[in-house]
Amino acid sequence: MSKREELRQRFSTEFQPFYQGRLRAFAVALAAVALFAYGLVSLDITFSRIANGLGELLRMVTLMFPPDPGTWTRTGIYLYAMLETVCIALLGTLIAATLAFPLGFLAARNTTVNRAVQFFARRSFDTLRGVDILIWALIWINVVGLGPFAGVLALSMSDLGVFGKLFSEAIEAADEKPVEGILSTGGTSVASVRFGILPQLMPVLLSQVLYAFESNTRSASIIGIVGAGGIGSILSEQIRTVEFQQMSFVILLIWATVSLIDIACARLRFSIIGARAL
Amino acid sequence: MKSLNAMGLAYGHAVAAKRRTVRFGLLVLGVCVVFSGHITEFSFSKFVENIGAFSSYIDRISHLENGHWVVSDPVEWFWGWKKWLALMAETLLMAYVGTLLGALGALLLCFFASKNMTASTWTVFATKRLLEFSRTVPEIVFALIFVVAFSLGPLPGILALAIHTTGALGKLFAEVVENIDMKPVEGVIATGGSWVHKVRFAVLPQVASNFASYALLRFEINVRGAAVLGFVGAGGIGQTLLEVIRKFYYADVSALLVLIIATVMLIDTVTEKIRHRLLGEQISS
Repeated sequence: MSKREELRQRFSTEFQPFYQGRLRAFAVALAAVALFAYGLVSLDITFSRIANGLGELLRMVTLMFPPDPGTWTRTGIYLYAMLETVCIALLGTLIAATLAFPLGFLAARNTTVNRAVQFFARRSFDTLRGVDILIWALIWINVVGLGPFAGVLALSMSDLGVFGKLFSEAIEAADEKPVEGILSTGGTSVASVRFGILPQLMPVLLSQVLYAFESNTRSASIIGIVGAGGIGSILSEQIRTVEFQQMSFVILLIWATVSLIDIACARLRFSIIGARAL
Repeated sequence: MKSLNAMGLAYGHAVAAKRRTVRFGLLVLGVCVVFSGHITEFSFSKFVENIGAFSSYIDRISHLENGHWVVSDPVEWFWGWKKWLALMAETLLMAYVGTLLGALGALLLCFFASKNMTASTWTVFATKRLLEFSRTVPEIVFALIFVVAFSLGPLPGILALAIHTTGALGKLFAEVVENIDMKPVEGVIATGGSWVHKVRFAVLPQVASNFASYALLRFEINVRGAAVLGFVGAGGIGQTLLEVIRKFYYADVSALLVLIIATVMLIDTVTEKIRHRLLGEQISS
């Protein structure tokens, strides 16, 4: 028997024609492409529209350069709006974290009071997360009026859902042994949470909060589009008044701020939890 | 005895140092909070005063025009279900097309953003910054710009989703590619394979299931995103939602919210199942 024949016998699956055993993968790919094509047709996406739009976009982008805030007064306005955005993100994140901290214990399997409460807490978090931040902003604007305060509340609402889920998962992942140790030495269940779970939990929670702060700065920079404070209102106004140079300045400002916060948070996270969770 | 005392002292110092750091951190945080509260016009009294307005808003959106509870008459509540379901389907389709385009873009770019596949550090650096820019700028900002360029409708929304998805997935994909086992790659190079061969036969088999899993996760996020792109006129159910909120059609607000939340949860569950299967396959093989 030749070498090739021997190999063919030993690795029969590798030598079979490439389509065998892959019919399902092909079917899935075909369905995906078909759905994509259907989407293009039903959403009325034509080549000419894309080509025209790209031309228009190119014209807009050339108008955006160089980024220029205009006058110094305007620079001040943009910087203040950016500061407001960061403040919204900070407060929103903190409020959400403070509320989510006790609620997270209710939603965790090992610390909850009973199953019904846990189920209810989990579903509430899901619902809070399911509503987008822009929708929350619209709802809170109806309640406290236009302005950054509505933004803070909107941010803390949607973040509460995120933190609640993350915190309760972190609590469930905590090691049970310290808890058992404290209970066996006669500690109360409160003491078991305070000395058994909290020390394990705090670094994880802090790192999650810091991580969320960065993405919240990004969210806070868009809620102004519906009128809930921050730099988003300036952005949507510039689009309407076709001030492209200033708009590109604002976009760069957002980008720089988010990157800066990202770096700062990464540093803080690193110093709090060390290298292991990064 | 002495060493025990010394140890006790050292422990006391260590604890005190830690306490000092924590106190200092809390102080800084406190100053930041007060400052932010001032800037954002945070007012507890305004919140307490208006919290009644929030509960009454919830109350209003959970009652029909005729004063009955919404659940008592689902037919009346979801009176526009045909139109709304069509809009929801459009939203899902937008998310799908946007995710697929974005994933393709990420698939193309991720190899240029990973150190082990691209020799030129400049290419890696430039691609990484490009991906970073497209994921840092929120998709709704792209949508705002594209709406002007491409006119109203789903097209600008899809493109905005696609660009954001390229940025987000490109980073994740590149991280996966940087962590692959390089031995198959070396094997392909040793047999004289080209760059394309390297990617097709050495890299893709290792990363395909991870890529698919990340793309599904993105799809889930994009469904949420697509639902609000309509706020700036970029197609989907968002435009109708904005309209009913602004015009105070209370029962419609709750109906649309319920529809969106239910759809998002459904997609969550389905994609999670598929992702578990994808990653499970990877572990077993």
